Amino acid sequence: MSEIVQKVLAGDRLSLTRLLSKIEDGAPEGQQALAELFPHGGRAFLIGVTGAPGTGKSSLVNQIAYHYRHPADGGELKRVAIVAVDPSSPFSGGAVLGDRIRMNALTGDAGVFIRSMASRGSLGGLASTTAGIVQAFDAAGFEIILIETVGAGQAEVDIARLAHTTVVVEAPGLGDDVQAIKAGILEIADILVVNKADRPGIEQTERALKNMLQLAHPVRRDFTSPYLPASGEALNEALWMTPIQRTVATEGSGVLELVGLIAKHREHLSSTGDLARRERARLAAELDMLIQLGLVENWQKRLGNGQYEETLVEVVSRRISPGEAARKLIGMESK
Amino acid sequence: MNQEKIRVIVAKPGLDGHDRGAKVVARALRDAGMEVIYTGLRQTPEMIAEAALQEDVDAVGLSVLSGAHMALVPRVLELLAANGQGEVGLFLGGIIPDEDVPKLMAMGVAGVYGPGTSTIDIVQDIRNFVGQKK
Ligand SMILES: Nc1nc2c(ncn2[C@@H]2O[C@H](COP(=O)(O)OP(=O)(O)OP(=O)(O)O)[C@@H](O)[C@H]2O)c(=O)[nH]1
Ligand SMILES: [Mg+2]
Repeated sequence: MSEIVQKVLAGDRLSLTRLLSKIEDGAPEGQQALAELFPHGGRAFLIGVTGAPGTGKSSLVNQIAYHYRHPADGGELKRVAIVAVDPSSPFSGGAVLGDRIRMNALTGDAGVFIRSMASRGSLGGLASTTAGIVQAFDAAGFEIILIETVGAGQAEVDIARLAHTTVVVEAPGLGDDVQAIKAGILEIADILVVNKADRPGIEQTERALKNMLQLAHPVRRDFTSPYLPASGEALNEALWMTPIQRTVATEGSGVLELVGLIAKHREHLSSTGDLARRERARLAAELDMLIQLGLVENWQKRLGNGQYEETLVEVVSRRISPGEAARKLIGMESK
Repeated sequence: MNQEKIRVIVAKPGLDGHDRGAKVVARALRDAGMEVIYTGLRQTPEMIAEAALQEDVDAVGLSVLSGAHMALVPRVLELLAANGQGEVGLFLGGIIPDEDVPKLMAMGVAGVYGPGTSTIDIVQDIRNFVGQKK
């Protein structure tokens, strides 16, 4: 086992932070360490927090984490890691990561580790290495991992795949209430939060959300891999009905109830077997992604000099179709 | 796939004033392709060092308008070193009397910038600093 992995497992924060950077940068040491850490993971509970910009995701993450550090309901103390993703500028590749500003209640607590990430060109609300960062925190012994997405307000399927419980945050006053709530984002919500309950318009927003939830039939979210045969399993356990919770994240009201709902959802996942199913689907998705990346990388390595350009010229002049060109280029490597 | 970025914390310690200058610098660094962790107002040296550790930054930028730099800077440097991050560059902006600058540099500050400094210079200095280190 490499020295850095030993130190991370022993709880050394400097080694952990350096390892997170190596993972984020896609460095070989990072990949190697992830492989070594993998058998030590699988114990953390992953909570995703998503929603449109400015709805209060970071403030809410601050409150949820604070609760696990100071359990007011007699629950046990848990170590908490936070991964907060903000967008990279598509022009400069730089980013201003501002989620920590709202997490001051957590400073000075050695049981909390907050890491900001830039999306680095990834579009699904997470960075491509967020899953790796989460795995490292998991193996390092953090029992709760909170993941805040970019907050594009789109259907951020990536977070629903990664997290065990996905919390979608809405707030009043985001323009036309119903318009602001995209159907796709309701589908990924295990729990819906209406934050900024101290603001006018809260009733209206909540009513609109309730109506939309009633229209949307609860569906079982089975994220299957295209490479697996259909399971054919009879999925007839109780379906989870997405609850709505009001909060004021700046003050903390509604947070105890929210944390209660998260616990209830976790219980639902384990009692129905959904937890194992989601875990399997998540790992399958990661495997698929890595297979695709690896195949492309291999193919690129074996591609002869100028072959791609030559074929592209044929496509541009409409001598061959993109489909034929792809078959030709992929075929080249096997010769 | 290997994409290393320069990571910088921009913080505004102390209880005084506004963070306009800090925000301008944060934006300039972003436009130069860096990842800037913006921690906002009223940061204590302890909070700054903790964030520097968790974020694994290459540099810390402090905006100090209160005149408390001679107390703040040694404390931040001490805490960074105690965390094993003695190699992180500390850059200081704000209202710093000329006679303090050599003292600060002797303490190990990597750069001091008064009002009206071009952000281009700050970007260049941080790049050079990180480049030499790597
Ligand atoms: N009145 C009120 N303001 C809130 C509440 N929750 C958050 N805010 C404020 O809303 C603003 C945005 O809060 P954040 O927590 O940064 O929201 P966010 O969703 O993380 O924002 P992005 O990460 O930029 O998308 C801040 O000024 C908060 O103080 C709330 O419950 N009530
Ligand atoms: Mg945020």
